Amino acid sequence: MLARVSRLGLRALCRASPSPGQNPLTSRRHGAEAVISRVNHVGNTFFCSNTNATSNDKSSESEAKISVTFIDKDGEEKLVKVPIGMSMLEAAHENDIELEGACEGSLACSTCHVIVTDVDYYNKLEDPVDEENDMLDLAFGLTETSRLGCQVIASPELDGIRLALPSATRNFAVDGIQLSGFTMADPTS
Amino acid sequence: MGRARPLHHAARRLLLLPPRLRGFSSSSAAAAASSREPLHVCVVGSGPAGFYTADKMLKGHQGAQVDIIDRLPTPFGLVRSGVAPDHPETKIVVNQFSRVAANDRCSFYGNVTLGMDVSLSELRKTYDIVVLAYGAESDRSLGIPGEDLRGIHSAREFVWWYNGHPDMCNLAPDLQSTDSAVVLGQGNVALDVARILLCCTSELAATDIADYALDALNGSTIRKVYLVGRRGPVQAACTAKELREILGGLKNVRVFINEADLLKSPSDEEEIRNSRIQRRVYELLSKAAIAHKGNNNNDQKELHFVFFRRPTRFLPSEDGSTVGAVQLEKTCLKDDGVAGKQVAVGTGEFEDLKCGLVLKSVGYKSLPVEGLPFDKYRGVVPNLKGRVLSSESENATVEPGLYVVGWLKRGPTGIVATNLHCAEETVASILEDEKKGLFMGPSDSKKEGRRGLLEILEQKNIRFVPFDGWEKIDCKEKIAGELKNKPREKITSWNELLMAAN
Repeated sequence: MLARVSRLGLRALCRASPSPGQNPLTSRRHGAEAVISRVNHVGNTFFCSNTNATSNDKSSESEAKISVTFIDKDGEEKLVKVPIGMSMLEAAHENDIELEGACEGSLACSTCHVIVTDVDYYNKLEDPVDEENDMLDLAFGLTETSRLGCQVIASPELDGIRLALPSATRNFAVDGIQLSGFTMADPTS
Repeated sequence: MGRARPLHHAARRLLLLPPRLRGFSSSSAAAAASSREPLHVCVVGSGPAGFYTADKMLKGHQGAQVDIIDRLPTPFGLVRSGVAPDHPETKIVVNQFSRVAANDRCSFYGNVTLGMDVSLSELRKTYDIVVLAYGAESDRSLGIPGEDLRGIHSAREFVWWYNGHPDMCNLAPDLQSTDSAVVLGQGNVALDVARILLCCTSELAATDIADYALDALNGSTIRKVYLVGRRGPVQAACTAKELREILGGLKNVRVFINEADLLKSPSDEEEIRNSRIQRRVYELLSKAAIAHKGNNNNDQKELHFVFFRRPTRFLPSEDGSTVGAVQLEKTCLKDDGVAGKQVAVGTGEFEDLKCGLVLKSVGYKSLPVEGLPFDKYRGVVPNLKGRVLSSESENATVEPGLYVVGWLKRGPTGIVATNLHCAEETVASILEDEKKGLFMGPSDSKKEGRRGLLEILEQKNIRFVPFDGWEKIDCKEKIAGELKNKPREKITSWNELLMAAN
C-alpha cells in the first residue's frame, strides 16, 4: 500500500537529493500516520509524472473524479472514484487493489501492467513513450490494449474506463494437471 | 532483536521480553489470530523470487508464518548483487520487500546456508512447507580450450565484484594491461558489464558501486569492448531498455555494427513478426548502425557488436601468463526444425580477436543441494507449477511440502517482475495443496517451524543475522555513502558485514 511507503523508500525515490544526517532507522520509528501526508504528496508528484498542477491541488482533486473499474485476478470487479490527475497505479493502491508497483512509477518495471478492456478507451490514451514500450515488451500476458498503470492518468474522457489485471493463475484450476494424479513420496525416506 | 518499525500493540508489548521468548510468543499470537496452528513456511533465498513468494504466502494464508533464510547476511539477492549500480530505479523494489519483512508473521535469518548450516531434510522435518528460491549461483561453462587462462572471468563474477558481493570482493580483475575486452554473450548481463567497462566513472561515482571497483575502473585502460553473439541482431537476447541505454546513453563511445549483419533472412522476418521484443531490439540496432556511421573521433571509446561468431578457444598472450585472444568461428543460422528456432552452426572459418580481458556472459547455472531432485541437463529442479517432482521422468512423484520458485524453477532468465508471476504460480500450488489438507499430518508429528529452526541454529552455534541486523548494515552503508554523495557505500567483506549487523 502506498500509505505504507516508508521514508526509507522516499529517500530511494528522491535519490538525487538525499537528506543528510537522517538516520533511516530512527525515522522509521515514527508512527506510520506521520509519514502518510508526506507520502501522499510525494506519491502524487512522483506517480503522476505526466501531469502537472492538478495533482498538488487537493481542493480541485476532490471536486473532479472519474469512475474506474478494476477487474482483479479472480475476475472480481471493483468500481472506484479516481481524482483527475492521479495515476491508475496510485488509484489501485489507494483502494487496496492488488496491483504491484515494484519501481513505484519510475518506468523500470512492468508490474503495474493493466489491460484496457475497451479499445475505444485505449485509443483515448496518449501513445506510450519508448520507455513504457520497453517495459511492456516484458509484461506478463501482454495484449494489444496493455498499458502500465503508472502511465495512465485519470482525465475526464477516461470516465468509465475498465482495467483488468493480468493473472498467472486465473485459469489455474482448469488448465492445471491435477495433483491427485501423482503418488505422494515420503519426505523422510 | 528490537525491530525498528511500527508494530501492532500486541507485538510492541513483546519488545520487553527476551528475544527467544518473543519470537515464540508472537508466533502463538499469529496462531491464535487464525484460531489454529500456524502454517510453518520456510523460504530459502531472499531475492525477488523468495520475497515475492513470502508476500503472496502471507497474503494468501492468514495462518502462514514465513521464515526466510539466506546464506548472506544481507537480503534481496540479485537486487543487491546483480542489478547494475547505475540502475537505482530497478532497486526500488526493496521498499516493497522490506515491508514484507516487516510483517509480524515474517522473519529473516541471514548468514544461514542451506546444505551447510541446515540440511534440506532438517528443514523439511521442521516446516510444513519449504520453498526453494536460492537461484543460480554458478555459471555455465563454454567447455573450450584455454578457459582457465588468467583474465577470463564469468560475467557473474565481474558483476558480483563491482556490486560488492562478499564472495567476489577479492576478484581484482586486471583492467590495466590491455585496451580490449571481449564479452561473450549479448544478453542484458553482457550489456551491463560492457556498459560498466565503458561508461564514464564520474557517473558511476554517484552510484552504490563498490569503492574498490570504482578505483579499478578509474585506472582502467580498456577502450574497446566487443560484444560477441553466436547469432544475429534478430536473435540478440537483450531487452530494448538496456540496448537503448548502451546505444545512446554512453558519453564518448562509438558503436560499431556491421551493416551486412543486419540483412534479414525469411526466417528472421518470421521471428520478428512473432516477437514484439525481437522486433524492437532489431530496430534499435538498425538505427544505431546508421546513426554511428561516419562519426569519427579518435578519442572515442569503441563498442563493437560482433554477430554470427562463436568462441572456439582462448589463446594465451605472448608471455603465456594471461589470455591474449579469443578464437572465433563464423556461424550461420539453421532452422532447428523442432521449436521453429534458428540455431548457430559453425562454418569452419576462423578468426582471432585480440584482447586482455574476457567476460563470459553465457548464462548462470543453479546448483543442487543434497536430497534435492535436480535436472542436470536443464539446470533446474523438476517441478509441476512449483511442486518439486522426484525426477524429470514421466512417472515422477510429488515431493510433499517441497516447492521451488524463481531461477531454480524455470532457469536463469527473466527480469525481477518475472518472479512475481512465478511466485504467484508456486503459491497457488501451495494453497491448493493446503486446501486439500496435504499439510495436516497426524497430531503427534506437528512441525515446529521457527522454534525448530532456532534450535537447530543454536545447536550448531550459527550466528544468524535477523532483519534488524540487516537494517544496521543498511544504515551504516547509507551513512558512509552520504559522505561520498553515493546512495550507499556497500560493506563488502564477510567479517565487516557480520560486525556491522551486531
